[in-house]
Amino acid sequence: MTKDKDDVFTIRMPDVGEGVAEAELVEWHVEPGDIVREDQIIAAVMTDKATVEIPSSATGKVIWLGGEVGDALAVGADLVRISADPNAGIDPTGKPDARSAAEAVAVVPSPETPDEHEPQTREPAGGPIEPEKSDPRAALANLAEAPRPALERRSPGDKPLASPAVRRRALDAGVDLRQVPGSGPAGRITHADLDAHLEAPEPQAAKAAGGRLRKTGVTETPVVGLRRAISRKLSQTWSKVPHITIVEEVDVTALEELRASLNAERGAGKPRLTILPFLVQALVRAVADQPVMNAHHDDEAGQLRSFEGVHVGIATQTPQGLKVPVVRHAEARTLDDTAHEIARVADAARDNTALREELTGSTITITSLGALGAIATTPLINAPETAIVGVNRMAVRPVWDGTQFMPRKIMNLSSSFDHRVIDGWDAAVFVKRLKSLLETPALIFVES
Amino acid sequence: MAETHCKLLVIGGGPGGYVTAIRAAQLGIDTLIVDDGPLGGTCLNIGCIPSKALIHAGDEFEKLIDAARGGSPLGMSAAAPEIDFARTMAWKDGIVAKLTGGVAGLLKKAGAKSLRGRGTIRDGKSVTVETDLGAQTVHAEYMVIATGSEPVELGVLPFGGKVISSTGALSLPTVPERLVVVGAGYIGLEIGTAFAKLGAKVTILEAASQILPVWDADLTRPVAKRLADLGVAVMTDAKVTGLSDDGERLQVRSGAGDDIELEADKILVAAGRRPRTKGFGLEQLALPMDGPFIRIDNQCRTAMRGVYAIGDVTGDPMLAHRAMAQGEMVADLIAGNRRVWDKQAIPAICFTDPEIVTVGVGPQAARREGHAVRIGQFPLRANGRAMTLGRDDGFVRVIARQDNHLVLGIEAVGAGVSEFASAFALAIEMGARLEDIADTMHAHPTLGEAIQESALAALGRGLHF
Repeated sequence: MTKDKDDVFTIRMPDVGEGVAEAELVEWHVEPGDIVREDQIIAAVMTDKATVEIPSSATGKVIWLGGEVGDALAVGADLVRISADPNAGIDPTGKPDARSAAEAVAVVPSPETPDEHEPQTREPAGGPIEPEKSDPRAALANLAEAPRPALERRSPGDKPLASPAVRRRALDAGVDLRQVPGSGPAGRITHADLDAHLEAPEPQAAKAAGGRLRKTGVTETPVVGLRRAISRKLSQTWSKVPHITIVEEVDVTALEELRASLNAERGAGKPRLTILPFLVQALVRAVADQPVMNAHHDDEAGQLRSFEGVHVGIATQTPQGLKVPVVRHAEARTLDDTAHEIARVADAARDNTALREELTGSTITITSLGALGAIATTPLINAPETAIVGVNRMAVRPVWDGTQFMPRKIMNLSSSFDHRVIDGWDAAVFVKRLKSLLETPALIFVES
Repeated sequence: MAETHCKLLVIGGGPGGYVTAIRAAQLGIDTLIVDDGPLGGTCLNIGCIPSKALIHAGDEFEKLIDAARGGSPLGMSAAAPEIDFARTMAWKDGIVAKLTGGVAGLLKKAGAKSLRGRGTIRDGKSVTVETDLGAQTVHAEYMVIATGSEPVELGVLPFGGKVISSTGALSLPTVPERLVVVGAGYIGLEIGTAFAKLGAKVTILEAASQILPVWDADLTRPVAKRLADLGVAVMTDAKVTGLSDDGERLQVRSGAGDDIELEADKILVAAGRRPRTKGFGLEQLALPMDGPFIRIDNQCRTAMRGVYAIGDVTGDPMLAHRAMAQGEMVADLIAGNRRVWDKQAIPAICFTDPEIVTVGVGPQAARREGHAVRIGQFPLRANGRAMTLGRDDGFVRVIARQDNHLVLGIEAVGAGVSEFASAFALAIEMGARLEDIADTMHAHPTLGEAIQESALAALGRGLHF
């Protein structure tokens, strides 16, 4: 904005960004004769990208409009004239500034050097500096800055502009410079732009929303210790063992009733029973019928080793990562004993006090995420074992009993098997057996 | 037959070929370069370098002549200057020898092998080379064809006798009394002007309607004026029809349709150059061509895997620096690096008097490309340094985009402006805007100030004009 004479201010079409030379007037919010206040919206203009509202940077009476709705005005062309004198006459010329975009471009305050073409309003060096608020040019400059996506000033179809060194770096890094926004003059792509692109290769569209800061930090953590052991073991299992996973729904209403009464009897002193010891004992029953489930598959030797003893691994989340402490000889344990042993080895694993024997030698594994258990999981077996049983979350669900919906406690089991030695049929039989054991828990404790 | 193996075989020891070989060897590639002539190709032996030596000799001698005629505004005089042309040529040959020897040294230092002999392509991986010691077959994983170009012969005026090519003109034992130059392209004008300054009576014939037909008339005008001042006769719209029956005179049909016979001691045919695609077994590869040129992509790859082509054999502009840049890129590619031809501009220079230099596009080409342009021009007559050098004809002109002031082209005509080529090319490769040039201090007093002033003029901020 410039102050021309006798308190008449001229507001010019600001640089609305994107390197556009002109913008279309889409709406006037004022008419000649209106009194406007500073910051009041006077017009809306549209570029091919966005509509931008232009506020007044002065208070006074509108005496002249720079065009009609639909006119394309060059950036830098006079938009509105405002007189500080409320009695000022309206400028009868009423015609848009005749300057074309081409002529006006020379006086556009370019974004890099907003002042360079307006020496008449520049303060002499060392002169009084007005507070920014009262400097109308600053307001206008801010306006011009605000809607600009700061990095997109190259017109579509233009070749990317970059120095030979930047081009070479981009080639070496496999970056197509057409995808890199340039922040330099005329949209030139600088080394810094390339750095930014290399650090944040996500599409530019993502960052536009909300105008939030992009975070470009990366934290590198060495994969060592237990994590490395887990990593190796799981990659080996994943790449070597073809899995089959079966998810089955189990009605644990009866089991839960049994568990509740057992816990009620135990009194305050003893730890409460979880569902795990029941599952361990159900496994002992189930594998008796299908020894292939309680086995090690030594694929290098081409041997399947089925065990008489049932050593149940309990996948346990510890501060160091996943560990599988083992409840040994579950077949020889009572329910209480099993519960006690599960608690003991799990605590030892968490405290990092578990002995080597307590962490090895399992023949089948249970993995439970407890309350986080999800609807279904696809557990990886604990090779060289042949089966793993995953416990999912329990929930009360309506079950149609033939005449009505009944609220039943339903829990899914997601079980995976080494498909090389266990056919789908056998897997399904095993899961079915577990299901019936758990749905009628008395079966677990009836000696056969 | 002896057999050799290498990773890269470069056919042709000109600027394109030897740069490829040096760079490749530097990158650790087992490289062999083959040429049947001395290293350096046309450029060093019979082109750029010897012609520049001859031009310089002409300039120096012309100053003496001018002084002897009392034409020196500096008040200098000289008596009956003479030239021992044999010594001039020996001086020129000394420069050529130094440079070609230098190339051999650079190749050796980099670790590239070279083989003197005529190579004939057998297939995409092997070439037979006829050396003084017999034939040998070279097997290579990669091949770079850098065979260059040769002067075009006119059907009505075959080379021989009085009719010479630029190669012949640059090794004449004496200055011919009457020299007729057929073709007013840059080669004809450079050599014609040099001989005019050395004392020959020079006539230049051009079939088109202006000299240097591919350049803008604004740029060629100062050259035409200087030719007239030097007493060089220029006939445009002239067509050579042949030699007289006795082989003594050149028959020409003028633009007006008159048949003229011109007396000449030597007739230099400088009607352009054509790619050298014959005589080395190229047809064995049956490569797709672009007209007379080998077709290449933006990595100088031909249609055959592992076979690259660079330089004049691949198209216009036939310039040594283009070939060198291509060669450097190809060596990098063969070494496994990612490269692509992404040059923004190829500088072009006429070492005429005054010199012309163009980089990027001129006003007309820029408009043809669909740009709205702004142009700034600064005459050397407003440049102090030009005045003190006694030559203030010519100008610098900058062409930029109207919307964002991106510099699209910079051109100049004037004595000594060929050295501007680097500054012009740097500006364009760096993506300079007019403001970048205008706001860079250009040292005073230099000719280069005209570059800054042309940018200032384009911005409407001219200071000295």
